[in-house]
Amino acid sequence: MIEVDVRRKLGDFTLQASFKTPPGGITALFGRSGAGKTSLINLLAGLDRPDEGRIAVDGIVLFDSEAGIDMPSDKRRLGYVFQEGRLFPHMSVRRNLAYGMKGDGSGADFDEIVELLDIGNLLDRGPRDLSGGEKQRVAIGRALLASPSLLLMDEPLATLDMGRKAEILPFIERLRDELATPIVYVSHAMEEIVRLADTLVIMSDGKIAAVGPVEELMSRLDLRPLTGRYEAGAVLTVTVQGHDVKRAITRLAFDGMTLLVPYADIPVGEELRIRIRARDVSLALSAPADISILNIFPGQILEISDRKDGQVDVIVDAGAKIWARVTRMAVQRLGLEPGKQVHALVKAVAIDRQSLGRRNASHLRGDNNII
Amino acid sequence: MDWLTPLEIEALGLSLRVALASVAGSLPFGLAVAWLLARRSFPGKSLVDGIIHLPLVVPPVVVGYLLLVALGRRGPVGGWLYDSFGISIAFTWKGAAVAAAVMAFPLMVRAMRLSLESVDRRLEAAARTLGAGRVKVFLTITLPLMAPGVLAGTVLAFARALGEFGATITFVSNIPGETRTLPIALYTLTQTPDGEAAAARLAVISVLLALAAIVASEWIARRMARRLEGRS
Repeated sequence: MIEVDVRRKLGDFTLQASFKTPPGGITALFGRSGAGKTSLINLLAGLDRPDEGRIAVDGIVLFDSEAGIDMPSDKRRLGYVFQEGRLFPHMSVRRNLAYGMKGDGSGADFDEIVELLDIGNLLDRGPRDLSGGEKQRVAIGRALLASPSLLLMDEPLATLDMGRKAEILPFIERLRDELATPIVYVSHAMEEIVRLADTLVIMSDGKIAAVGPVEELMSRLDLRPLTGRYEAGAVLTVTVQGHDVKRAITRLAFDGMTLLVPYADIPVGEELRIRIRARDVSLALSAPADISILNIFPGQILEISDRKDGQVDVIVDAGAKIWARVTRMAVQRLGLEPGKQVHALVKAVAIDRQSLGRRNASHLRGDNNII
Repeated sequence: MDWLTPLEIEALGLSLRVALASVAGSLPFGLAVAWLLARRSFPGKSLVDGIIHLPLVVPPVVVGYLLLVALGRRGPVGGWLYDSFGISIAFTWKGAAVAAAVMAFPLMVRAMRLSLESVDRRLEAAARTLGAGRVKVFLTITLPLMAPGVLAGTVLAFARALGEFGATITFVSNIPGETRTLPIALYTLTQTPDGEAAAARLAVISVLLALAAIVASEWIARRMARRLEGRS
């Protein structure tokens, strides 16, 4: 559980952040470049000092200007994975990993972490001989081996290309699922956040714009200007219900409904986070019969918001909130308005493998109401 | 070592001892001052910087004279040292080492300061988040990363100390076996009738010694660079 209430002036920029997050899981800190994300976690890590305020993690006060508490960063036990890795160039991978380990052998297990991150074959190399993705895995391992009570990750994938990102993401999912270490994940890439995070903290101009569960914040039209260039869409948590191998279909269940997607080799019962892009959703007034679209969800229009570019965002409550983007002409022709009954049509192939993120964090469920 | 005369062995040994002592003695101070100048800001910093660089521009004789005034047995510092501990510096080899250290100090500090300024402080911050206190960070991150600069500064200072003449002869005079280092012995021979041949031999020895120091430091620097590049 992270409690932050700080003020810090940095030149013309003022960071004023106050929020609480539920315990455990991944908390994403989202915002555009310059929103103050890195400044904020530097305050958490003790690499910078707030002008005033209070910071506590799991009830332990790290900073409190009124009480005169300012714990030095080496005592805070917060692991920090930096955007650029920051491996020590004069040490081998093995010595980098061991740097923060406790001498008495208590704390994280070296072999376990090495295996989790699949870096066993890199141990005797120097940082210069590692690829970008390998460097970040070593950096993550180094931070974990210091047995942190909280892991701070500052855009750990920002400097990597798409292929390397796809290489690291599963490892971060494993951290979330196999280790109990809570994570604060800083990013301006909504794809990563939707895939990884449980709680979302949205920052803008040095302030906290919203805090809440990812699914909830992602379906709020008023936050659209802040979530930015990311492709709008509904974020749903679903369970794998079954496979139809012959017809190459996987069935996903959510809120009493079934979503059909192209076959994905994921065990039945596994929880997934998926994203249905708004532009992949069509609306119809009656359920069409002769159509290739497999997913047809009846529901009621909750909210309609005109966009500057002439397109219109429509949120449909079909048990879960489904987000459709249509033209203004379509809105007029169908007479769409809040309260109207419609059918949301979702192409099965619009949901690709990339938008499926594994969820296994059963220990988190039910905790979100703490906010 | 019968290819060296007793006089040459004496001068060579003394020079090495004086240079080593001066470098070893000034190394911790050099590091501390380099750290202060590179990492701290305090009032009068540019004045301190200027004073440290003075030996580069002031005539060595002036430095030797000032040392004599301060550290001579009647000087404020020298008198206190002698009265309290019975230590006498002027006109001893220790005095020669002090003179060499003062003259070489700016070179040492300059090289160390430059290398310290080039150390990536973000790596130090990373080490702090891994639970390392300030001292551990300095010993395991900062110092190894600035090692090439420390080495360069040390070698420069060593070479400068070997060649020190003006301040040394002014401060500790020219005493055979005590303060007559290589350059002073050479100077003495040039002032002696029939000393040319012996002076030439000393000149050759001086050149060889300096050359050996430079080659050795290059070799160590290359090994260090390889280690720092992470190909240990």
